[in-house]
Parts: sequence; structure tokens; C-alpha cells
Amino acid sequence: MSWLIKNASILGGEQQDMLLRDGVITEMGKDLQDGEAEILEAAGLIALPGLVDLHTHLREPGREDAETVRSGSRAAALGGYTAICAMPNTNPIADTAGVVEQVLRLGQETGLVDVQPIGAVTIGQRGEHLAELGTMADSAAQVRIFSDDGHCVADPVLMRRALEYVRAFDGVVAQHAEEPRLTEGAQMNEGEVSSQLGLAGWPAVAEEAIIARDVLLAGHTQSRLHVCHVSTAGSVELIRWGKQKGWQVTAEVCPHHLLLTDEQAHSYDPVFKVNPPLRTAADVQALREGLADGTIDVVATDHAPHAAQDKECEWAQARPGMLGLETALSIVVQTMIETGLLDWAGVAERMSITPARIGGLNGPQRRGAAGGPIAGHGRPLALGEPANLTLIDPAARWTVEAASLASLSRNTPYQGFELPARVSATFLRGNATVLDGKVQL
Amino acid sequence: MNRHLLSAGDLSREDALKILDTAEQMATVGDREVKKLPTLRGRTVVNLFYEDSTRTRTSFEVAAKRLSADVINFSAKGSSVSKGESLKDTALTLHAMGADAVVIRHAASGAPHRLTQWLDAVVVNAGDGTHEHPTQALLDAFTMRQRLGRDLDGAKVAIVGDILHSRVARSNVQLLHTLGAHVTLVAPPTLLPRDMQTWPAQVSYDLDAALGDVDVCMMLRVQAERMTASYFPTVREYSRRYGLDGRRLALMPKEAIVMHPGPMVRGMEIAGEVADSSRATIVEQVRNGVSVRMAVLYLLLTQDSTGQGTA
Amino acid sequence: MDTRVPETGVQRPVRKILDAPALSRVIDRIAHQILEKTDGGTNTVLLGIPTRGTFLARRLASRIKAFSGLAIGTGVLDITLYRDDLRMRGARALEPTEMPDGGIDNKRVILIDDVLFSGRSVRAAFDALADLGRPRAVQLAVIVDRGHREFPIRADYVGKNLPTARAETVKVQLAEVDDVDGVILVPAESTPTPLDGESV
Repeated sequence: MSWLIKNASILGGEQQDMLLRDGVITEMGKDLQDGEAEILEAAGLIALPGLVDLHTHLREPGREDAETVRSGSRAAALGGYTAICAMPNTNPIADTAGVVEQVLRLGQETGLVDVQPIGAVTIGQRGEHLAELGTMADSAAQVRIFSDDGHCVADPVLMRRALEYVRAFDGVVAQHAEEPRLTEGAQMNEGEVSSQLGLAGWPAVAEEAIIARDVLLAGHTQSRLHVCHVSTAGSVELIRWGKQKGWQVTAEVCPHHLLLTDEQAHSYDPVFKVNPPLRTAADVQALREGLADGTIDVVATDHAPHAAQDKECEWAQARPGMLGLETALSIVVQTMIETGLLDWAGVAERMSITPARIGGLNGPQRRGAAGGPIAGHGRPLALGEPANLTLIDPAARWTVEAASLASLSRNTPYQGFELPARVSATFLRGNATVLDGKVQL
Repeated sequence: MNRHLLSAGDLSREDALKILDTAEQMATVGDREVKKLPTLRGRTVVNLFYEDSTRTRTSFEVAAKRLSADVINFSAKGSSVSKGESLKDTALTLHAMGADAVVIRHAASGAPHRLTQWLDAVVVNAGDGTHEHPTQALLDAFTMRQRLGRDLDGAKVAIVGDILHSRVARSNVQLLHTLGAHVTLVAPPTLLPRDMQTWPAQVSYDLDAALGDVDVCMMLRVQAERMTASYFPTVREYSRRYGLDGRRLALMPKEAIVMHPGPMVRGMEIAGEVADSSRATIVEQVRNGVSVRMAVLYLLLTQDSTGQGTA
Repeated sequence: MDTRVPETGVQRPVRKILDAPALSRVIDRIAHQILEKTDGGTNTVLLGIPTRGTFLARRLASRIKAFSGLAIGTGVLDITLYRDDLRMRGARALEPTEMPDGGIDNKRVILIDDVLFSGRSVRAAFDALADLGRPRAVQLAVIVDRGHREFPIRADYVGKNLPTARAETVKVQLAEVDDVDGVILVPAESTPTPLDGESV
């Protein structure tokens, strides 16, 4: 099927028509006509390349009660994503070619977004022995990002080896920066609020100490380091310093760290429990500035669905994590566009172009029937490019209702929040996965 | 007054004084031949204790029984809780049973807050993790008022020991501030919380220096396992720097009193001779606990759901 | 004195039932009656029910002393914790219960209250008394009996019988708490809150 998208504002700029045919943007310009194509009137909507998430938890295999590849894919499409990277902390852990290929296959069967598996750095994410990184890289999943996310690769020797080893296949180690001894029993940001609430603190230094070490290791090994979910002002400074050195360091920030603070913990409602924890208003400001000036490269959701019983309990017993896919864009609009820190082109850069580049998902070729790497994401909206894009209504305002989200879980921290901007449509290789804010499946 | 008692910080000065004044009347019941009032007849008070605390549980039980409430002790051991029932399901069970008040002791900070979201009953925090223990602070204030023979405006109170992990300290700092007392927290830097600038208290690392002009010195228990986590080098050194012994007792003004919420570790934070001296109020604190808890149960269970009493 | 109270509804006048001298005469008369009916006040104590009963008991004791020279024992009996309507009315501040010297065992106890209405306060007072001792006999003295009894209770000494409508409020005012002495009848519309001295 072909689509003729009329009058979309490309990256928030000039209005143009786009003809999508056979998965490619075949025509662009004013007043395009096509007798066969389905017409989508997009006046007032903004067209961005399909969003790419470097940090999604899909829970399959193992916790299909919390999320499946299918339900997570629906949430992603509704959020404007055309590609997501699935973290390996499933059950079993995605530390072998078998598991990453299973996740890849489940993603292909759903077909709403491209699901790129991330492989574990160490066997069982236990931080002891390297997993078979090369075998995962050579598998059908063609893994390029490796992470023990949820756990830190705390052993400096192991981290050094991982960074060095993945150079052989242009891999990147995505580090969950958390010094484990400094965060034993930790429940929330260590500071004034934790002291008052009597919840054990997760100090900023536990993140910063690992980032400082890893940035130095990235420099020493000349390898690629990606820092997951940066949450403190100090971390932004360390990453800025590493980049100034010319080392291959990239970093992501989560939407919730751009908006929420540790004051939320006063409710003791674990929907606000997340790892790394919500920090202070000063950290939020530093993260926004770091994202605006490019120190932090990308926004990643850390979408972390949890079953109701894992959140409807005492704070200390609750699992950390928040839903993010369906709200990420709106939070970025509220925190970065409405504040004047970014324009729409800047959002495209940080939510599509750069994450696709870091994840190796931006190759030019279309995926053939015989497989091959996931590609064609985070590329310009231009003639001949793969038709992966999303249309956003910037004027819409909507109220978050946990019960009406596509995720199987309900742990959104934004319940009842009124947020700006809504995804109107999403196209994956020219096929509409979302139309009029509804999943087409 | 709030509908629940979750934090000492929720009490206004007026609320706190009302509880203390009511407790004084309740105390007279303990001296009578018939130590019982019909006030809460037909009301059900559940003691939901997830941590062992015979002292606090018994105190609440006696308080509720003196007011003629039906008391159900729902301890975590040997119940459905130990079989993995969630706090929420336990709350729904208690709700279905028609509990009017739930007194909860729990190892997780904030568990009483969570409980209020799942049942209608009045919730009284009997100690949650390292957060708060408001009725302990109330009985401490009651004891201070009784011993000092006056309201606590301007009273100087030193709280000494493991402030970081102490729910007693958190509740006392807030309540004593509300009542006009000046609080100094004394501990090694490792046992003080981070970012305490907003706490209405002074901080000192030097116990000797803090004792010179106190009216009250409150010693907190220090658990020996803190030593293995390197909060201090040895019990001996802790005791030498932060323990209250006879020499330090002599540094205090003659009328100043020594308090301890118990259980004490003699020879660690407090020397036996100090614990047994007439300056120590440890036994009174236990007795006063019943009166204060009677007052709290009475006031919370006889106000309507908007928190309005007619008093 | 201002005989109208501020109100939100229809303005209806507050009726003055007794002025200060009349109230004073009522108290004198009750003091005399007590002396007559108790063999000159022997083996007798007065227990005031707070708030106004406390002050009335003291006034009665002082009049009895003036008339007979007898220093009759007085005390205070707070009945709040014995009320059967706490769930409807909510918690009130407690006042100290004080027993007269020598206690109440085997004594003739005269309960002193300002207004007798439903009888619920007096019923609560019986329960409270039972927990404090075993009097030989219990009597009741009130300034105003306004009718509408809900219990088989009657007063032994009554200053004034006053027929009222149920929704009206009778207020005994004493200088110790109200700055003036007297008894007033407040119409139904002008009583936004239950008054402390009112018997319910």
C-alpha cells in the first residue's frame, strides 16, 4: 500500500507532501498527487524520523505477565518509535545467541517496530565471566550493544576486557553505572528527602565514580562506551570532560530524570521508585542542559514494566522502574521544547538520528526477506530514504491514564498528568503502525 | 488533627499539646482500682506487627484494652503474612474484618502510609523502618514534661547515637521542635543522615561539649552490626566517645535527666550505673507509653473522618 | 446585656430566663434544700460535672458553708470517656477528675450539673462513679430541668423547671467561664454548634 502524506511540517519546518511507496519515500514536495495512494492530511502535524529507543525492557521471555514483545511493541509504536533495543535482563538472561534470536524473532512476528536485542556483557549478568559476545554479534540478531543493565559491570578488569573485546565487531558496552557497595540496600536518591523519609540513600557518587572510571577506561582502550540513564549533575560534567578528551563516550538520559525529582518519594508510592533514582531539581536542570548542549547524546526510555503486585507494596519491597515508551516524546516536549532548550530538529537528533547511529541501526539498506541487520532508522526524511517516520500533533494535550496505556503494566509515574503533544501516526517501512493515535494491528 | 498518626511532623503544636494533656488524664486511670474506661467499647484495634517488639505491642494492647476496645494481635509470624501474603492483601483482610484502627510496626519505611491507601481504618504508626515512631516521641515528651515540671519551650535536649538509622530520633526532632525545645544531635559523622540542613536541630560530634547545659540527654541504642559495616571501628571506641558514663553524667546539670527508648545495651551507649541512677527515666517512659497511646487511640477514634473532634 | 446572638438564619431573640440575682437566689435555695435533705450535709460530697457543674459545686459548697458553717467536700467528675455518643460528637478535651478528700465510698454523692435534658450525661456519670468507688446514695442537683428525658432519671434538686422545644438550647452562664451570670434560652436557628454546658 502507498501513502500520500499531505502538508506535514518536516522537523517542525517547511510543510511538504511525502509519497511512501514500497517502504521508501519516493516523492517529496508541494501538492503531490497520486491516484492509488491512501491520503493522510497532516496539516499542523510535525514529521520526524521514526524514534529509536536504546533502552527498553520487554520482559519476554520470563515475565510475560508484565510485558511481552508484542505489548511492548504496541506501546513503542504508539510512542512514535520504529525501533527499540531490548535489554537482556529477561529470564533466561539474553546472554546467548539462542535467547537474542528468540527476542529478534518475536519482534519480527509482531512487526510493529524493529526490535533489536541487546546482549548481556557477562554470563547471567553476574559480573564474573564474559558472555559469548562474539557469537551474539554473529547471530541472526547481529548484536552490537552489550549491557548488564540492572547491574553494573563493577569489576574494572572485566569492564576493561569487555570494552576491548567488542571492538572486534564495532560493539559498544552500555554501562549501568552503579557502584554496588555504595548502593547496598539503596532505595532512593541520598539527600535531604531520603534522610527525612528514612529510606536508604543511593548517593550520586555511586554513579559518578563508575562513570569516571569507565570514561578513563574508554580513553585507555580507545573503545566505545555508552552510559545508560545518566541521572546526576556530576555525571554530566564527567561525560563532558570525556568528550572533550576526544574519547568515544556517549550517554543517554531518561524522560523521568528530565522531569521528576526525589520529592515524589514523599508519597511512599513505589511507582516513583526507579534505578537510578529520581534526583534533585538541580540535577534535573543539569541533565536538561547537558541534553541541550549535546553532552548527553540521546533520550532513552528505560521503559520498565512491572506487574501490579511488584508495585502495590511497601517501597522497599517494590521493583524499581517506570513505563516510558508512550510518554517519552511528550515529556521531552514539555521539558526541552516548551523550555526553549531544543527545537524539533534537536528532538529528532536525540530521539532518532543519534540513537540509531549508536545502536548501529542507521544503515541505508532495507531489510531483505532473508534477514540481515536492522537498518534504515534515524535517517533523514528525504527522497529515497526508508519510510520510517512519525507524525506528531504538537498542539494536542492529553491526560495520562495508566489503564488505557498499551503496556500490560500500569506503572506510569505520570498518572493524571496533563502532557503536551501526541503521536498521531507512525510508519514502519511505509506501513502505518499507528493511525489517528491507534495501533493498526 | 490528621485522621492517622503517621509522622510526628503531622502534629501541630495544638494537636501535640492536646495529646499530652489527654494523656495526663489517662494516666490517672492507671492509679484506680478499676483500670478500665468504656470509651472505645465495640471498637476494634488491630496490632499489626511485622517486627518483634513486645514492649511496643504490649503497650498498645494495654492502652486499647483500658479503653475497652477489642484488640486483635496480628503478628507476622505464624500468620498468612509469613506465607507470603502481601501488605495490601493483609490490609484488605483487616478492612473486611471491620478494623477501626490498625497499629502497624513494619521494617519498611512508609509501610503505614501505604496501608492508609488500602483500608478505611485509622492507622497509627508504631515504628516504620528507619523513618518514624511518633508515639515514642510523644511518650518521651510526656516524660520530659513530667520530670521537668513544665512545658518544653526552650528546653535543651541532646539526642545521642545512631541518628542515621533511628526512627525515634526522626520523630523526636520534629515533635520537640513543634513543642519549642532546642535539639542537638550528637553522633559520629557516619551515623548522621546526609543533607540535614533543613532539620530543626543542631549537630555536634562532641558529646562532652554538648552536655554542659542540657535539660535532657536521650541515648539511642547502637546496634553492634553497625560496627561490621564500619560505621565506627570498635564498640570500645564508640563507647568511649559517645557512651554516657558516670563521668559524663557529672558534666550534666544536676536536674538534667537521662532517657533511653530501649532496649538498652549496657556498657555500649549507656553505663549500668547511669541506667540505674535516679536521673534515668527509662521505667517511667514505659509506663507513660500506655497513657500516651490511650490518648492517641481515644483522640483518633473519636474524631470523624474529616479529622474533626469537638474538643 | 445583648440579648441577640449573631446568627446566619432568621434573627430570633434569645430569651433571658434568669438574670444574675435570680440565678444567685436559685443557688441559695438549692444549698438550703441540700442541708435540709441531708441532715445538715453530713457524710455528703458534691461532685460537679464539667464544665459548669464544677463551678456550681464550688458555689454551692461556699453557700452551704455560709449558711451552716459546714465545709462540705467537693470534687469533679469528668464523664467524657463514659459518654455513649462519642462517635457522633467526637473527642472533647478531658478535664481532670478529682475526688474529694476521703473519697466517695459510703458517702452520699450529689452530682451537680447545669442543665438536665435527655439524662445521658447523668447516665454516663453513674458509670464513671461505679468505676471510682461505691457511694451509699447518689443524688442529682441541676439549675434547669428542661424536659425531653430519654432515661428514667429525675433530679433531687431543681432550680427551675423550664418547658422547651427540643431544638432549642438552654445555656447556664457563669461568671467563671462566661463572664456573666444568668440562664438564657437560645432559639433553634441560632445554635450553630453544640455548647459546652448544654446537656444532650
